[in-house]
Amino acid sequence: MKPFSRQLVTIASPFLLFVLVAIVWHMVVQIFSVPKIILPSPIAVLQALWEEKWILLGASWITLKAAAVGLVCSAIFGSLIAVLFSQSSLLRVALYPYVIFLQTVPIVAIAPLLIIWSGNNFRTIVLVAVIISIFPVISNVTSGLLSINENLRDLFRMQGATRWQMLIKLRIPSALSQLILGLRVSSGLSVIGAIVAEFFVGNSGEYDGLGTIMTARQALLRTPELMAALIACTLLGIALFTLVNLLGATVLRRWTKTDGFESE
Amino acid sequence: MNSDLQNEPKGLIECQGVSLTFRNGKASQQVLRELELKVTEGHIVTLLGPSGCGKSTLLRVIAGLIDCDSGNVTIRGSAVSKKMPMQVRHEISFVFQESALLPWRTVWQNVVLPLEIRGQLHEGNCRSRCEELLEIVGFAKSDWNKLPSQLSGGMKMRASIARAMSTSPKVLLLDEPFAALDDILRSKLNDLLLAISAQRQCTMLFVTHNIAEAIYLSHEIAIMSRGVIAEILDVPFRFPRDAKLRSSSDFAAYYGIVAEGLIASALTRQVTEKGIA
Repeated sequence: MKPFSRQLVTIASPFLLFVLVAIVWHMVVQIFSVPKIILPSPIAVLQALWEEKWILLGASWITLKAAAVGLVCSAIFGSLIAVLFSQSSLLRVALYPYVIFLQTVPIVAIAPLLIIWSGNNFRTIVLVAVIISIFPVISNVTSGLLSINENLRDLFRMQGATRWQMLIKLRIPSALSQLILGLRVSSGLSVIGAIVAEFFVGNSGEYDGLGTIMTARQALLRTPELMAALIACTLLGIALFTLVNLLGATVLRRWTKTDGFESE
Repeated sequence: MNSDLQNEPKGLIECQGVSLTFRNGKASQQVLRELELKVTEGHIVTLLGPSGCGKSTLLRVIAGLIDCDSGNVTIRGSAVSKKMPMQVRHEISFVFQESALLPWRTVWQNVVLPLEIRGQLHEGNCRSRCEELLEIVGFAKSDWNKLPSQLSGGMKMRASIARAMSTSPKVLLLDEPFAALDDILRSKLNDLLLAISAQRQCTMLFVTHNIAEAIYLSHEIAIMSRGVIAEILDVPFRFPRDAKLRSSSDFAAYYGIVAEGLIASALTRQVTEKGIA
């Protein structure tokens, strides 16, 4: 296949599948006369999406801010913790169980606790997003810092490199691709974390993210609007993921650049 | 130094009774067995032997990357170990298998890396020496800012050699540097190495399992087998080497002798080991 037609297939086939599913969904709703509050037709959802577009956009912006700040904090603190882990095996052994705890703790269970401690505010949302999204960064960056190429390590040792030089000139640049990999996983998680936290912050009037809108719509049994908000959540996740990927591609271009191959 | 006072002429690199056993839990494998080797200053010596005979390990012991269990390794009379003083460490340089360039650094940044680590980059003629080296190994100035991923295997190896020479080492250790390259490229790089050795008066210890390469490059070939130097052959061809040498009948005849020595050493070791068992 030519590159253009291949690209067309990559874009068109998921879209066609979506249309197909929407048609089946619409027919099911029509044929079995499913009540709107249980399953609205795709048309009703699209309508709700259009009618509430400004509300949803505003809420998405707020949630995006929380998720993005959470992701940036995860990237910074996760990397710092990973650097500490790479420098001391004692620290690694002592702290690793607690890092795993971050990964296994049910976020729905500790979000209410965090709200009690930190309040119904932006800070709490960010905190939850960080707790849920920091683990992939720590684990990926730590393994990136520790598993450096043996020959490169020997090269540094032979020149009598200090621990610091080894870290700055070898370990950290080696681990950069692992950081991007971790952030890709974390980007989805930070959106989930922000939305879950927003469920608990509720309609206090102090905060209006996508999660708060969803709990409000659910209380009023406004299913089409709830599903419209769900679409907004998904788009938000995709947007953040794409952003991280773009950032990664720019940063890592140096690592993987292959254009202009020179042969002898 | 003490060793200089003795009458017997000393080699630049000397290994005396070097033994090393790798242990992994209960399993252990003796890699070097009371190995003896002397490399004369300015010479190129090739360690030739089958895979797994301990060539690369010996090279790493001489580089001070692995400590041996017993025996001693000296360079100009100073003991080599993981904890050797900087001034001994700085005499040695290493060319790794598969070039080992840092992928995020340009050719230039890779070549100056050893000097950068030592903090000597801004001293005296270091920069001009690196520039000169890049020219010698065949880099056009426009390619200095290329990344390793933009280079072919041969060019990567050239950059790697320039990096190893950037610190003006007295001893250059090479661990099968050209194993992944095709024959034509390999012979080009052999000539480059000979030119550098002659110009910079650098002693080289070269690991390979390619017999032709061993003959073409070296003053002496040390045939290694199961952790010892089984035989040392003085290569009878004059320096500087000429590319025509490879196609001469003398070369072919000598190739036969070396190959025979290689096979014989492998066989006798097997026999003696069976005898012990």
